Amino acid sequence: MSYSITEPSRAQKWMAGILVVAYAVITLLPLIWIIATGFKSPSDSIAYPPKLFFTPTLEGYVNLFTTRTRQTAEFLAANPPQTWYQEIVAKYGMVIAGPSRFGERFLNSVIIGFGSTFLSVFLGTLAAYAFSRFKVPLKDDLLFFILSTRMMPPIAVAIPIFLMFRQLGLSDTHLGMILLYTAVNLSLAVWLLKGFIDEIPREYEEAALIDGYTRFQAFRKVVLPQAATGIASTAIFCLIFAWNEYAFAVLLTSGNAQTAPPFIPTIIGVGGQDWPAVAAGATLFLLPVMVFTILLRKHLLRGITFGAVRK
Amino acid sequence: MAEITLSGITKRFGPITALDDVSLTVPDGAFVVLLGPTGAGKTTLLRLVSGLDQPDAGRVQIGGQDVSTATPAQRNVAMVFQQYSLYPHLTVRQNLEFPLKSPLLRLPPEQIARKVGEVAEVLQITHKLDNKATALSGGEMQRVSIGRALVRNPAAYLMDEPLSSLDAKLRADLRIELKRIQHDMGATFLYVTHDQIEAMTMATHVGVLDHGRLVQFGPPRQIYEDPVSIHAASRLGQPRINILPATLFGPAPAGAAHIGLRPEQIRQGEGEDSFVRRVEHLGDQTRLHLSFHNHDLITVTDAHTGLKSGDIVRIRPEKPLYFDASGARIHQE
Repeated sequence: MSYSITEPSRAQKWMAGILVVAYAVITLLPLIWIIATGFKSPSDSIAYPPKLFFTPTLEGYVNLFTTRTRQTAEFLAANPPQTWYQEIVAKYGMVIAGPSRFGERFLNSVIIGFGSTFLSVFLGTLAAYAFSRFKVPLKDDLLFFILSTRMMPPIAVAIPIFLMFRQLGLSDTHLGMILLYTAVNLSLAVWLLKGFIDEIPREYEEAALIDGYTRFQAFRKVVLPQAATGIASTAIFCLIFAWNEYAFAVLLTSGNAQTAPPFIPTIIGVGGQDWPAVAAGATLFLLPVMVFTILLRKHLLRGITFGAVRK
Repeated sequence: MAEITLSGITKRFGPITALDDVSLTVPDGAFVVLLGPTGAGKTTLLRLVSGLDQPDAGRVQIGGQDVSTATPAQRNVAMVFQQYSLYPHLTVRQNLEFPLKSPLLRLPPEQIARKVGEVAEVLQITHKLDNKATALSGGEMQRVSIGRALVRNPAAYLMDEPLSSLDAKLRADLRIELKRIQHDMGATFLYVTHDQIEAMTMATHVGVLDHGRLVQFGPPRQIYEDPVSIHAASRLGQPRINILPATLFGPAPAGAAHIGLRPEQIRQGEGEDSFVRRVEHLGDQTRLHLSFHNHDLITVTDAHTGLKSGDIVRIRPEKPLYFDASGARIHQE
């Protein structure tokens, strides 16, 4: 095989640079729009043409985290605002009635997202190791069966799952959502991790077995550290799915275990079209996955190229 | 340290029979070298003794105990792998400590540190102890993998070509060191090599494997001087034994198809003429490539010989070995 080693010309370098910048702008534009809108006032947020420069305000965030009621001018005069957030709502002739449910919805997302990610990766690693190393009867059929669960959109089975959950009392529970997202993610986790574990030579475990360790200890001390990259990138993929999942969350959760995705659109109905509050919710919602991905970035990059760089 | 006994071991991989009814006893404190071409089943035999693979038939005993169904850890053997198999995520020191920290041993830290220090000293890797195992040269990796076996005091050491990628000086040092460990500690070794010097100098016994069968087992001198077949005869000797048609030098015993001549079985200066095709000066000896009645053969002569290619030298066989058409040895009365 031969490779071209010609140095790209100046024009080509410029072209490449322009393309990369253009791509970055296109992908980042919605993100910038959401973050910016979160700091706009309601009137700025619907201004046309959109305002690039505006006076930032925390109105959106205050509205996101609170519920408010309209009060008479006399009441407001008698109870002057004590804090900066009370001041913000007072401008609109309102007082803060209490906290909104965004905090608990967000916490639900964290519990369900990270819980199902942990479970998917944990079970996936064990299953992938077994498929990679042991003689499992009907191995190829089982692997195909596991993969086949991803051949339709998960929502295609919404009705049976809805009925099952209602029967089992799993509707609107954290456990139910964790189990559901784990079931959907597990096939991806098993296949991804099997690829990673297949790449780890067996000789290391064999050496550990001879060195006096049991199969499980060899797995923990020798295989796991070397599979860290694969586990990290699998965890990111699982988290992104579970974190962003909308359809099942709408269908199966309402009061108790509702996650952030079905909650954020409902903000819009409270007291007019409050785009800044929606944008503030979306911004906060983006943060955990972003932080998680940046933390595991090094692994992710290696994870995506893994298998391709080896012959 | 313990005796290893294999009885009737058969191992198949699909249609291939890797080991065919092998029975072998490695006496306590013996140094047994397994010889055979690639694919003869040497590594498979080690893996069956270690417990990494299970035989399809037959029993493995270590120290009189039947360990056929025991796990590798329960068998308490140390193994040096051909591919080194150092733990890539650990340092050299952690690699050497690994077997000592196993739940089997659980040695106190001072004892682990002392053991690792001693072994590192012997293998000349003290200065590399804190390197990552992946940041070593091939020879250093091989030394660490030997060290990982030597830190323990197992029932037996199993080694799969442990010295193959070391330079000549270190190989000579380690040959002596392994022999010393075997001698001083009474350690039992089962050792795979292609190197004839290793086989001749270290082995108390040599086992010759051919297509999964153990064809000969005995002291190295016996294998060399009294081989049972062409295959066994070809395993030892540098340069290799010359195999020629039986009647090339005159009458042969009944049934003989081949005559086998090691260099020392070719008397020079007597007999019939042969043509010197090439002379190789190796320093301590000189090899002669001869042509005799259109057959090529190689022998050894005086280091300071005056012979050169194109010369004529007379040769005759002396106490040759005869083999029948299947390669089996024919013994003469």
